[in-house]
Amino acid sequence: MESKKKELMANTTNMIEARNMSFDYFKRDENGEITGKERALDGIDLEVKHGQFIAILGSNGSGKSTLAKNINAILNPSEGTLYVDGIDVSNDELIWDVRKSAGMVFQNPDNQIIASVVEEDVAFGPENMGISPKDIIKRVEECLKAVGMFKFRKASPNHLSGGQKQRIAIAGIMAMKPKCIVLDEPTAMLDPSGRRDVIKTITKLNKEEGITILLITHYMDEVVNADKVFVMADHKIKMQGTPREIFENAKELEELKLDVPYVTRLAVALRDEGIELPADILTREELVAEIMKVKAKQQ
Amino acid sequence: MLRDITIGQYYSVDSIIHRLDPRIKIIGSIIYIISLFVVGKWQGYLVAAFFLMIMIKLSKVPFKYMVKGLKSIVMIMMITVIFNLFLTKGDALVTLGPLKITMQGVQVAINMAVRLVLLVLGSSLMTYTTTPNALTDGLERVFAPLKVIKVPVNDMAMMMSIALRFIPILMDETDKIIKAQQARGADFETGSFMKRAKAMVPILIPLFVSAFKRANDLAMAMEARCYRGGDGRTRMRPLKYKKRDYVAWVILITYLIGMIILGQILRSI
Repeated sequence: MESKKKELMANTTNMIEARNMSFDYFKRDENGEITGKERALDGIDLEVKHGQFIAILGSNGSGKSTLAKNINAILNPSEGTLYVDGIDVSNDELIWDVRKSAGMVFQNPDNQIIASVVEEDVAFGPENMGISPKDIIKRVEECLKAVGMFKFRKASPNHLSGGQKQRIAIAGIMAMKPKCIVLDEPTAMLDPSGRRDVIKTITKLNKEEGITILLITHYMDEVVNADKVFVMADHKIKMQGTPREIFENAKELEELKLDVPYVTRLAVALRDEGIELPADILTREELVAEIMKVKAKQQ
Repeated sequence: MLRDITIGQYYSVDSIIHRLDPRIKIIGSIIYIISLFVVGKWQGYLVAAFFLMIMIKLSKVPFKYMVKGLKSIVMIMMITVIFNLFLTKGDALVTLGPLKITMQGVQVAINMAVRLVLLVLGSSLMTYTTTPNALTDGLERVFAPLKVIKVPVNDMAMMMSIALRFIPILMDETDKIIKAQQARGADFETGSFMKRAKAMVPILIPLFVSAFKRANDLAMAMEARCYRGGDGRTRMRPLKYKKRDYVAWVILITYLIGMIILGQILRSI
């Protein structure tokens, strides 16, 4: 088993690597015969290095959730290959190794919390991995502290807000000590303050624990701090680069039915009005600084 | 209406009974039910009632709260009492046309009623003092021997704990659906029984659809967290017997033997 794993792992040093990968959903009739197929991912080439913060953007139906499910080995690629931490996800024997190295957080916090006490839910993953009770207690404590939910450890998830529940779900994945966490629109069902807390938690895990983050979202503001952004449309990766490189092409993004962050849009509008601002402003702080510069020049 | 569901209700105080191992409480309530059937006379019920009173006192659950649970069995009790009262053969006390109440009938009816009340009180003491999670853990361990005959005990315990977690979520959802339908002019309160029953359909269909969707999501989330059935799973806090649990075992077994002997004596006189 171990030697086989090594043999399969020699291929790559990247955290995630997709080579010309495609995925089809099959339509079946009542007898289970295939009547048609629908392409969800088409010729994906992707490389994610250890410790990176990656954002994946895309409108509904662009295939980004399907990509996430492939990375977690819930689905298997129809063509091409996908390696997660050097393991080929199509290999059924190593499916649990894939899931241990790449954890996944889903959109709806209620539908991924299993236990009716917070700490028992965080313990669910390590329990499944057969870790000793002493270590589980230690991990649960560490992870709850890391997401700032330690004081709620005895609470019932039903009494927590959406943002808090989502942080519990993140702690539950962290407790499995994965090298990479894939988050499939984790903030889509949250209010603004819950969203902020979740993003802060993810950023902290990336910076302090060195966990590779793959954040799937359609909120542009969450993308500005990423190391690299992939933009998906029509089941393909259409653009990739740093947030600055991506948002410079506001026109192209618009064609893919995506927005640029509000601050960038404001800066572009101001530039069109004749105020001399650079095109790649991403945060409010940058905008304020640039406007101050312009003002100083005028005086 | 929906808020009245009291399955797995837990009364949160700290007492010696609350702290007992769930396994003992489960087996204890089974022993208590058995004891009610081995003694068939009022003297026996008196002892059983006395034993239960001590346990309730120790559990610190208010007696009033315990009695509330009896409301749900009033109907069953009435039916049993009436049937026993009129249908037991023996010496007639009162004759009402073709029906007659017999001396033996009165006796049997009272015995039945007392037995039912004790039965419900005894088993509800277990649910009042055990958290749902401890209960599932306990059941998993108590029924573990059934694994030999391929009963999926772990999976059943997992299903039970998930069901308990989703009761409040689905109740909220029902509430939301009812309000959404009412906002569009649905009427659930007036009309005949049949009309009101039919009005439930637009509530149940969306509720089922969303429950299946949730189940699908949850299954995926569980798989993503490496769940693959009960084998090879460990627990964060495995159940472990403490000194008080051994004491409880001794008390329980003494009680059962005492009741069996008492039953024999009562039968012989």
